[in-house]
Amino acid sequence: MEKKKPKKVFVQGAIPPEKIANSIANHQSKTNIGAHSIFLGQIRADTIDGKTVSAIDYSAYEEMAENAFHEIREAAFSKFDITCAHIYHSLGKVKAGELCFFVFTSSAHRKNAIEACNYFVEEIKAKVPIFGKEIFKDETHQWKVNN
Amino acid sequence: MKVNLKYFGMIAESVGKTEEVLELGENISLEELKARQVQKHNIADPESIQLAVNQDLNTEVELKDDDEVAFLPPFAGG
Repeated sequence: MEKKKPKKVFVQGAIPPEKIANSIANHQSKTNIGAHSIFLGQIRADTIDGKTVSAIDYSAYEEMAENAFHEIREAAFSKFDITCAHIYHSLGKVKAGELCFFVFTSSAHRKNAIEACNYFVEEIKAKVPIFGKEIFKDETHQWKVNN
Repeated sequence: MKVNLKYFGMIAESVGKTEEVLELGENISLEELKARQVQKHNIADPESIQLAVNQDLNTEVELKDDDEVAFLPPFAGG
């Protein structure tokens, strides 16, 4: 039953802040690590033409996205000297103020951890088929586009 | 040949469904398929649409029977 995929990236709904704390705690036994870098994406209540975003409803071409995550991961491990990397992205509705994206890289030293973390964020935004419907407070919507 | 189409995000909204199976003549190119679907479903901003054939964005391929062609709007992850 279980697919031979390295890591499950997608989580349903918002990423709970406790997940970040737990991830840090889980790495305290790995004493070859000297630096962690963390990126957290949070839903912003943008105001567009007088209407305020209350949530983003994420969807994805899941099979292709999982493959893209895998390729980005492989590339990151070949480019940077990192000990480990964890990525999570929301699917479904995430309300303004909640977390939708969590990248966590660890290395012996800060430079690799920070650069790898940035690499993951930029590559995922550019190359993974994830789509976001910005839902306004009045229940109308528009589709989000990354810049 | 039979081709499986998948639509996502704002494109799925325009088309009114997330997938369909089309019976196509041989020798139809990806560009022709895209133009045809854009016109048929009145899909806005066709320049922003990327196609993926069997989950690959490389569109320098010839369509084959049972291929999966995805119509992808701009990515918005993160």
